[in-house]
Amino acid sequence: MSAQTVGVFGLGRRTLLAVLLGLQLLITGCATVGAGGDPRDPWEGYNRQVWRFNEAVDEAVLLPVARGYRAVVPQFLQTGVSNFFGNLSDVWSFANNVLQLKPVESAQTLARVGLNSTVGLLGFVDVASSVNLLRHREDFGQTLGRWGMPSGPYLVLPLLGPSTLRDTAALPVERMGDLVGTVADTPTRAGLTGLRLLDLRSGAIDAGRLLNEAALDRYTFVRDSHLQRRRGVGDRPKVAAEPEERYDLPQTSPPAR
Amino acid sequence: MNRRLWLDFLRGTAAAFLALGALGVHAQEAPDQLIRRLSAEVFETIKNDKDVQAGDMRKIVSFVDLKIMPHVNFTRMTASAVGRNWRQATPEQQKRLQEEFKGLLVRTYSGALTQVKDQSVSVKPLRANPADAEVIVRSEIIGRGDPIQLDYRMEKTPSGWRIYDLNVLGVWLVETYRTQFAQEISARGIDGLIATLAERNKAAGAVSAKKG
Repeated sequence: MSAQTVGVFGLGRRTLLAVLLGLQLLITGCATVGAGGDPRDPWEGYNRQVWRFNEAVDEAVLLPVARGYRAVVPQFLQTGVSNFFGNLSDVWSFANNVLQLKPVESAQTLARVGLNSTVGLLGFVDVASSVNLLRHREDFGQTLGRWGMPSGPYLVLPLLGPSTLRDTAALPVERMGDLVGTVADTPTRAGLTGLRLLDLRSGAIDAGRLLNEAALDRYTFVRDSHLQRRRGVGDRPKVAAEPEERYDLPQTSPPAR
Repeated sequence: MNRRLWLDFLRGTAAAFLALGALGVHAQEAPDQLIRRLSAEVFETIKNDKDVQAGDMRKIVSFVDLKIMPHVNFTRMTASAVGRNWRQATPEQQKRLQEEFKGLLVRTYSGALTQVKDQSVSVKPLRANPADAEVIVRSEIIGRGDPIQLDYRMEKTPSGWRIYDLNVLGVWLVETYRTQFAQEISARGIDGLIATLAERNKAAGAVSAKKG
């Protein structure tokens, strides 16, 4: 198999297309805005179903393996793996910082990659952070957002999780920027992809626990957090927002009838 | 006659100096300076306390309650999150909403703090007009992987600057809880929301008591 058929998270290109096509059909079939529905989530019915599916798969498969990884693998190795993949992602972040015309962040990210790949032993040691060269993570969805493309409706992807219409459209480009996808040897590529997934999931275990404590409804909490985080220039309201109403202060005007 | 005037003048000056001195003592600490000081205190305490490092929630909860809560305008935070329904609530309900929401936030925030190992906080210089009564103070938790964004919305009150909203990783708390609360209220009313929050606080309290 050539590098062409490698997709995001190990999904083949044809599989990815099939998934997206299936989504398209489901979305048009289930497009309803409920009476109390959030205007940013017109496909809530569909999204909640996929969300439940993802949660089930996560609880059954991903979380136990991630917990095992965390418990068994020595901390310095876990950190090394995390730094290694972080370094690969910094290369793509550099490209996106350039595309977003951010000179300071671009220069710092380039310096990060240079330093970590050499002194940091191919990225296993994050030397750059210790000299205050902090990470400026950027992806193509954010680049599109910076140039004015609105996020679009909330969309939960099967297995891939929370996304937006804009970020989903950016996935093919994301795939191009994924260095793991350029590895020719299939077993190695699959192994690296799996390891990266494990690294991501184990890193999110504590966040998951906090989420359970903080949220009354996990679905809406994750949705609202995700949409806030992915907000870009294109999502700014066209009309200046009214000053927020102060419910804790006595009403200044008579209540509307 | 001159001596009298001179004494009055001295007394007046002394009083003026005393008044100025009192003002100096109550001079408002700048909002970013306040955050810098509080963050440093919190992180120092967490990193040096063995019980907290082991996950003892009760200690960190009482610390947050004692040191941080006085600088938070919790009424505004709760009212903002509850929204329009706040005006429909009775004073008793408002009081309970505030208590339970505070319990939820203190617990969650403390839980996040127990995971601090060797990070530090970097508070960015304030970019606001000196006359602004509401500002955003931006800070970052650095030291491990991606820096964690931590911003505060603060308002000027006679007793100092107070926090009325918190942003973690790009997510404003009040905005997020608005939806959570609205959903709960439309399903089970204000009393339903209070009951849900109280239930969770009690359950979590029982768990941490068992652990600690």
